[in-house]
Amino acid sequence: MKWLWIDCIIEHEPDHRLVATKHISLDEDHLQHYTQDGLTIMPFTLLIEGMAQTAGILVGSTSGFKEKVILAKIAKATIDCDVTVGDTVRFNAILERVDDAGAATTGTIDRRIEGGDAWERIGTVELMFSHIDNNLAGTEFPEHNFVFSDNFKTILETAGLADLVEE
Amino acid sequence: MSRDDYFRKIQAVLDDALGVDEDEVTPNASLTADLGAESIDFLDIVFRLEKTFDFKISQGELFPENLSENPEWVSDGKLTDSGLTMLKERMSHVDFTEIENGDRELSKLADSITVTSLVNFVENKLGGG
Repeated sequence: MKWLWIDCIIEHEPDHRLVATKHISLDEDHLQHYTQDGLTIMPFTLLIEGMAQTAGILVGSTSGFKEKVILAKIAKATIDCDVTVGDTVRFNAILERVDDAGAATTGTIDRRIEGGDAWERIGTVELMFSHIDNNLAGTEFPEHNFVFSDNFKTILETAGLADLVEE
Repeated sequence: MSRDDYFRKIQAVLDDALGVDEDEVTPNASLTADLGAESIDFLDIVFRLEKTFDFKISQGELFPENLSENPEWVSDGKLTDSGLTMLKERMSHVDFTEIENGDRELSKLADSITVTSLVNFVENKLGGG
């Protein structure tokens, strides 16, 4: 994971669910190109990527991060409103099914309601992941796990989940 | 549950998995050639069928996989007699007549899998066939 679109993991139920949050900051240069009604927004594509990283970590954790987990398909995505600078979003990923070839996840995206601790639902996302070493085409990839790299490990360490990584 | 019931549920599965309209999902429609399924879609379809019909599908049970790894089954990119015999034995839900009578190109094998193949599979799996 070269760029991270989540800030921290706040809940993890092994083999079932992972929840992460992200704060949207005006300091994020890549958001400067995206405005709506004069407000800087986080585009839907990056919200989906945030969900993909949350769900990808959940899928990877089922194999101790030995499998190379690649987002293969956005099966369905519905996002109802923009997320703007100053907002906090929550990605709640659920593992529906995993096997040697890949995994399916469902998930919801929530936005914190301004001035409180309550959340409102703003989207749902269904994703498919491939374990690319077991791809149907038989294509071979480098042996080292280039998907789960060092900055991703920092996120796990911050959440107290570093022991999920099997050496 | 009747074959018609299986067909209607499979229509809904393919609608969700492939984003096609249910009226495109006809019995003879090929998943790849007519409905545009790609390799990851096969995994998606497997997972959705499992959920819809409450059974497990083992790897390679519904769709043929890794055939090219066995030279007895595939030679120069074409299915051998032995490969075709194996497929017919293991995948009775698929009608391989067209590929058998054609050029036997492995790359066209997926075209043989139709909506009826899925209905047959579910019917066999649930003991109705």
